[in-house]
Amino acid sequence: MVLDSKTPVGPITDKWDRRKFENKLVNPANRRKFQVIVVGTGLAGASAAASLGELGYPVKVFGIHDSPRRAHSIAAQGGINAAKNYRNDGDSVYRLFYDTIKGGDYRAREANVYRLAQASVSIIDQCVAQGVPFAREYGGLLDNRSFGGAQVSRTFYARGQTGQQLLLGAYQSMMRQVDAGTVTLFQRREMLDLVVVNNQARGIVCRNLVTGELESHEADAVLLCTGGYGTVFYLSTNAVNSNVTAAWRAHKRGAFFANPCFTQIHPTCIPVSGDHQSKLTLMSESLRNDGRVWVPKTQGDKRPPAQIPDSERDYYLERRYPAFGNLVPRDVASRAAKAVCDEGRGAGDSGLSVYLDFADAIERHGADTIKARYGNLFDMYARITDENPYQVPMRIYPAVHYTMGGLWVDYNLQSTVPGLFVLGEANFSDHGANRLGASALMQGLADGYFVAPYTVANYLGGATLPPVAASHDAFGAARAEAQGRIDKVLRVKGKRTVREFHRAIGAICWDHVGMARTEAGLSGAIAQIRGLREEFWQDVTVPGEANNLNPGLDYAGRVADYMEFAEVLALDALERRESCGGHFREEFQTPDGEALRKDDEYSYVAAWEFKGVGAPPALHKEPLVFEEVHPTQRSYK
Amino acid sequence: MAMTVKLKVWRQAGPGQPGKLVDYVADAVHADMSFLEMLDVVNESLIKRGEDPIAFDSDCREGICGSCGLVIDGIPHGPDKGATTCQVHMRRFKSGETITVEPFRAKAFPILKDLVVDRSAFDRIIAAGGYVSMNVGGAPDANSLPIPKDVADQAMDSAQCIGCGACVAACKNAAAHLFTSAKITHLGLLPQGEAERDRRVVRMVDQMDGEGFGSCSNEGECEAVCPKEISISNIARMNRDFLKAIVS
Repeated sequence: MVLDSKTPVGPITDKWDRRKFENKLVNPANRRKFQVIVVGTGLAGASAAASLGELGYPVKVFGIHDSPRRAHSIAAQGGINAAKNYRNDGDSVYRLFYDTIKGGDYRAREANVYRLAQASVSIIDQCVAQGVPFAREYGGLLDNRSFGGAQVSRTFYARGQTGQQLLLGAYQSMMRQVDAGTVTLFQRREMLDLVVVNNQARGIVCRNLVTGELESHEADAVLLCTGGYGTVFYLSTNAVNSNVTAAWRAHKRGAFFANPCFTQIHPTCIPVSGDHQSKLTLMSESLRNDGRVWVPKTQGDKRPPAQIPDSERDYYLERRYPAFGNLVPRDVASRAAKAVCDEGRGAGDSGLSVYLDFADAIERHGADTIKARYGNLFDMYARITDENPYQVPMRIYPAVHYTMGGLWVDYNLQSTVPGLFVLGEANFSDHGANRLGASALMQGLADGYFVAPYTVANYLGGATLPPVAASHDAFGAARAEAQGRIDKVLRVKGKRTVREFHRAIGAICWDHVGMARTEAGLSGAIAQIRGLREEFWQDVTVPGEANNLNPGLDYAGRVADYMEFAEVLALDALERRESCGGHFREEFQTPDGEALRKDDEYSYVAAWEFKGVGAPPALHKEPLVFEEVHPTQRSYK
Repeated sequence: MAMTVKLKVWRQAGPGQPGKLVDYVADAVHADMSFLEMLDVVNESLIKRGEDPIAFDSDCREGICGSCGLVIDGIPHGPDKGATTCQVHMRRFKSGETITVEPFRAKAFPILKDLVVDRSAFDRIIAAGGYVSMNVGGAPDANSLPIPKDVADQAMDSAQCIGCGACVAACKNAAAHLFTSAKITHLGLLPQGEAERDRRVVRMVDQMDGEGFGSCSNEGECEAVCPKEISISNIARMNRDFLKAIVS
């Protein structure tokens, strides 16, 4: 199968305008005849639902939480990029495009990224008009800060709660449509299957998480906005209920999964404190604006940090990357932290952490200024670690944070199943092999506010969509399959808990599909994952019943899907025999330890087609064509 | 060092069913564990014994999503000021201590199971005008309207509300005034929200009353437990706005 990205022809600056003009439109009076389903209520889902509702489409919105406002976009701390050039420091749409392509290590589709940079400008306007209280200067204009991978200040922020404020803005816009009657909310629902009729996405089957009932909902288009798969690693900065289930079930119905091995390990997280840990907490990358990263120069130097004089400290990011210093991209910073810890120079009892030191910044700006910039993050750190970061340096270590891979989509954000659109982190399209800081919020909102409203309309205006009722056989079959899986997992009644299995699959993925990957490690991991999957279906124990509120059963379904998904994650990492961005194969590195890409062989998107559980998936390639930016080895020196 | 704590946990099979406090012992508790991680450990042992685990809501586990909410020893979100339940750590407790764990109780927050309550009333309050009516596509340049920094900061103070419902759980009248007023203040302070200011406050207050939340008697319990330390002065502002809107 040839993967057609449907990218418009012509100069990159005109592609999106051209597509918008070519797109079919739906007359305002006809929009109410189409039913749209949006799954997920984060930035992508809420903004898409609000926009489509405003246009007059009836929209059903589904979320696993008690309220749409709880989706994990809420936790994004640092900010959102936009090429406003309000600082007069040389920013432009083209520079944001260039930085994002380079930051993604030349594994993203150029046309998508250019459109993202174009939309960034409108996003800030949109959010301010909604009442998002971005940080401002005394003159009343918007403030900016710097983020990794860029030499301009283009990040807009609302204290350390930018994701929260942007999500509340999108949520409020969506609730306005609930008020107007165009959007209907279905909360505490988990999508368990995509219903495909005549090769078109025509609805979903979901489980009511309060009553346990399976429900059918028919539609003319389905938008998946269900986030990433970071929790396959068990410990991550994701929320504990984040999962791959909706995307994986869509994959099993024909949507290709692209570049799953592109996972982001974030450099600044609070280190693991013990086996009981259920999640890791991010300390925003914005801290690297003022914090200096260091470890002792000498192996095994266990003196308290205050007793280590400056001459015996290694500010290794400033040393290795003088141009970008502490603001190198995330993948580079994470690998550098791992390298110094592997050398035995890590801080703390475990030796698995590095210092992030604010002493110089406090001396330069005063503690009050630092408090105004990062107060809530410092408080969060103190609460978790019982240490005061105003007095002792923070200790940080990389943790799984974001997944660049996701369901394959074309330029219109449509998957390989017609009528199934995928937005935000759930798709693969814009960040290549590494996402730059403050770009996830930008992408989620760009997809939802400014891309999907046009491309979904184009689909609805052009497709032949015969009426499909929830009584159609395809819904019955999907419901029966979902019920079968639930009954099966409850019947096992083994000895090991779902959490034990989740920890086990997480450990395999972290050890072998984490920051450093090898041929042998990945081959072994695939065998281990298969073995663990067998054990899961023989020995898992799931509490309670299917007909009431049972979080343990919900969890079992998600972990069961990870038992399948982890295999394609490892396989993709095995088959990509190069290093790029967050995908670091030890066999492929430069003499000074940087990622060594192999553009001749791997300048493509790897899109996997499901062929059955345990059966090898089929690989389809979308070649990446670079017309604007010539791929070179990334340098942040 | 491992600690042991005794728990008294509210167990209730479903909405409208009778519930009661049930005793559990949590051993091998580590001081660095969060309160919810301690409950995770208790649940693991319940599952292994074939018993029904304790149902509770939680998601981000970093104090921002607003999912978690337990009443710990009578205090919504427990003993730490300015913290959600998921941010409370076991180092706050002594080994051997007895801890009582209950759901957020309010008529407008029906219990679904054990410690899980239905807070969808909050969404309906937001739907009754807790927004700025503007469609995508019509926004002017973001810097076309300067907003003084202190006004933006004040709006942000109110906008930080996470919608957890602790304010309601703490109030003897189960009033939702702090939640509702925080949104009204956030939008009312900004020029973008000005046009709908009167209509918004009247509709949101009506919705709040209709959901079965109680009235405010100015005791300040809401402010005391708010994990985002939202000020009770928001309520005064909402009352002023409401009066102004209905007399004008």
